[in-house]
Amino acid sequence: MLGRLSFADIPVDVPILVGTFLGVAVIGITVLGLITYYGKWGYLWKEWFTSVDHKRLAVMYVVVGLLALARGFADAIMMRTQLALAYAGNPGYLPPHHYDQIFSAHGTIMIFFMAMVIMTALFNLVVPLQIGARDVAFPFLNNLSFWMTTVAFVLINVSLFIGEFSQCGWLAYPPLSEAQFSPGVGVDYYILAVQISGVGTLLTGVNFFVTIVKMRAPGMTWMKLPVFCWTALCACVLIMVAFPVLTVAVALLGLDRFLGMHFFTNDGGGNQMLYLDLIWAWGHPEVYILIIPAFGVFSEVVPTFSEKPLFGYATMVYATCAIMVLSFLVWVHHFFTMGAGADVNAFFGIMTMIISIPTGVKLFNWMFTMYKGRVEFHATMYWAIGFMITFSIGGMTGVMMAIPAADFVLHNSLFLIAHFHNVIIGGVYFGYVCGMNFWAPKALGFKFNEAWGKRAFWCWFIGFYFAFVPLYVLGFDGMTRRMNHYDNPNWYPWLLVAEVGAVMIFFGIVCQVTQIYVSIRDRNLPGNVDVTGDPWNARSLEWSTSSPPPPYNFAIIPHIHELDAFMHDKENGIDTRHAGGPYAPIHMPKNTAAGFFIGAFSFTLGFGLIWYIWWLAAISLVGVIATVIARSANHDVDYYIPAEEVARIENEHSRKLMAQAAE
Amino acid sequence: MSTDHSAHSESGHGGAGAYAIGFVLAVILTAASFMIVMGHSLSPSGTLMAISVLAAIQVVVHLIFFLHMNTTAEAKWNNNVFLFTLMFVAIFIVGTLFIMDNTAAHMMSR
Repeated sequence: MLGRLSFADIPVDVPILVGTFLGVAVIGITVLGLITYYGKWGYLWKEWFTSVDHKRLAVMYVVVGLLALARGFADAIMMRTQLALAYAGNPGYLPPHHYDQIFSAHGTIMIFFMAMVIMTALFNLVVPLQIGARDVAFPFLNNLSFWMTTVAFVLINVSLFIGEFSQCGWLAYPPLSEAQFSPGVGVDYYILAVQISGVGTLLTGVNFFVTIVKMRAPGMTWMKLPVFCWTALCACVLIMVAFPVLTVAVALLGLDRFLGMHFFTNDGGGNQMLYLDLIWAWGHPEVYILIIPAFGVFSEVVPTFSEKPLFGYATMVYATCAIMVLSFLVWVHHFFTMGAGADVNAFFGIMTMIISIPTGVKLFNWMFTMYKGRVEFHATMYWAIGFMITFSIGGMTGVMMAIPAADFVLHNSLFLIAHFHNVIIGGVYFGYVCGMNFWAPKALGFKFNEAWGKRAFWCWFIGFYFAFVPLYVLGFDGMTRRMNHYDNPNWYPWLLVAEVGAVMIFFGIVCQVTQIYVSIRDRNLPGNVDVTGDPWNARSLEWSTSSPPPPYNFAIIPHIHELDAFMHDKENGIDTRHAGGPYAPIHMPKNTAAGFFIGAFSFTLGFGLIWYIWWLAAISLVGVIATVIARSANHDVDYYIPAEEVARIENEHSRKLMAQAAE
Repeated sequence: MSTDHSAHSESGHGGAGAYAIGFVLAVILTAASFMIVMGHSLSPSGTLMAISVLAAIQVVVHLIFFLHMNTTAEAKWNNNVFLFTLMFVAIFIVGTLFIMDNTAAHMMSR
C-alpha cells in the first residue's frame, strides 16, 4: 500500500533533522494560522495562486527563491562548521551519510531553486514591461511553470523529513548514483525534483522567447531592444536547447534505477562517461543561463545610476550572443581529467579561453559607462561595482582552469569550489540582488531601504572573500572537495577563516531580511513610496507605467522611437503613456487553477514514484492528463477590462503624477 | 502586435487531413522499425542503419505534419529557429562522438 515507505524512513534518530522539523512546523503553523486568522485564504487563492499576471508570479517566484536561499545557505554553513571542527581526531558533528546529503542538497537547491527561480522572477517582472507588452505570450503556461518549480522545491525539502536525499553531489554522477551503489530513495528524490522543475524551466524558456520575438511594442526593432531583454532572449535560447539534454540524461539514469536498464552502469554495456558528457552538455549552458541575465541587470543598473546611456550597446548585444553560442562549445572543461586525449582537451580549453573575450568586452562597457558619468552610489551600484571586482577575479581563475594541464592539478580541489562560487556569488547572486533592489519599487510600489541594502552588501562582499579566498589556498594545498574530515594541520587555520566568512555572509542574509522587513514597515513614508513609477529617473519602458503597474501594464501600447525609449520620450517631451486616452477595452487572460492542480498532481506523482507507491503515481498521472485536457477544452479563458475602468485607473495615476509634480 | 491575443490562430496549421496523413505515416515508420528489429532479417549493423534512416524520416514527418513546418513567408521564424536548432544538435552530436570516441580510445574502454 505504501510501497517502500515505512516508519523507519522518518529520521527521528537524527537530532538536527528533528530540530529542523520542529522549527519548520512551528513557523509553518504560525504562518498558516495567521493567514486563517486574517481570513486571507480566499484572497491568496484568487489574487495570487491562480494568477496569470506576470508581475504577481514574479513576486511569488522571489518568495520561493528566498526560501531556497535560506535552505541552501543553512546547508552551506553546516558544511563550513563541520570542516571547522572535523580536524585531526575530531569527527565533527555530521556523519558522512548526512554530510554527503547536505552538499548534494546545497548545490541542487542553490542552482535549481534559488538562482533559476530568482532569474525567472526577474524575467517575469521586467521582460513584458520593457518590451511594452501587456503580458507574456502564454499566461497560463507561466502560472504552470511557477507551480512545477515550486512543487519540485517542496519535494526536495520533503526528503529532509521522509527518507533521505541523494549523496551523489549536485549532478548525481553514475555509477555512484546507480541503484547498485545508492539503493535508497535519495537519488530518486533528486531525479524527480530535477525533472519536475525542468518542465517549469523549459516552459518558461519557450514562453519568454515567444514573448520577446512576437510581442515587442511597435517600433521596437531588434537593435532598440533593451539589453536585459537581449540577455533574457539568449538565456531562453539556451534553456530551450540545453534543458532537453538534462531531461534525457536524468531520465536515462532514472530508467537505469527504476527499470534495471544499463545506460550508465558499470556492467551490461553501460558507459558512465557518457553521462558526464550529457550532463555537462546541459550543465555548462546552464551556468550561462544564470549569468547572462545578471549581465543584463548590470546593463540596466549601471547606465541608470551613471546618468548616461550604456556604452557600446551594439557590442553588448553581440557579446551576449557570442557568449550564448560559445557556451555550447566548452562543456569538456568540466571533465578534462576523464581521459580524453590532448586534441579534445586542447580544443575545448581554447574555446573556453575565447569566452573571456566577449565577457571582457562587457566589463569594459560597464566601466566606460561609469567613466565620466554622474555616478550615484546607490545600494544597487554597490552590488554592481562589487560584481565587477569579484567577477573579474572569478573569471581569471576560470581561465586558469581552462588550461587542461593546470586543470589536472586543480580538478575537484577546493580551488574549483572557490572559482565557481566566485563567479556564481560574485556574478549571479550579486546581479540578482542588484536587480531585486532596482526593480522592487516597480513590483511593490515602494523602494527598498538603502542603508540595510548597503549593510547587506558589505557583509556579503567581505564575507565572500573571507569564505572563499582560503578555499583557493586550500585547493593549491591539495584539499579536495566533498571531504568530511581531515588531519592536515596546514588546512585547519584556513578552514577556520572560511567559517568566519560564512558567518559574515550569514549576517549579510540577516541584513537582507531586515531590509525587506524595514522596507515593508516604512513603505508609506514619503521618501519610500514610488508615486511616479519612475523612482530612479531610469531609461527603459517599464518605468513609464505606475508602480505597481495596472493589470494591463500599458493602457495604450507605446510607440518606440529610440533605444532607451522612455528616456528618449522624457527628453523630447513625449508622453509615453498617452494620458487622457482615448482608451479602448483591454483583452485580458482570466486566472486559472489548472496550473496549481497540475503542479499538485505532479507532486504526488513524484512522491509516488520515489516510494514505489504505484497506485498514487497512476492516479496522479491520470490527474495531470485530465487537468490538461479540461483546461484545453475550456474556452472561457479571457475577459475584457472596460474602457471606463481603464480610464479611471489611468486618470487616478495622472492625478498622482500631477500632485507630485506640483510639490 | 502585442495587443493581439489571438496569435494561436495563425495560418499554416493543416486541418484534420494533414494530421491523419502524418499519423498514418508515423505508424507505418514505427511499425517498419519494429519489423526490422524483431524479424532479424538484416545484419546487426544493417539493422542499425535501417532504423536510423527510418528515425530520421520519422523526424521529418513530425516536423511537417505535426509541427507545421513549411516554406511560406509566415513560417520564416519557425524555419530560422529550426536551422538554429539543427546547428546546436550538430554541435552536440558531433562533439559527443568526438569526445567519447577519443576517450574510449585512450581509456581502452572499447
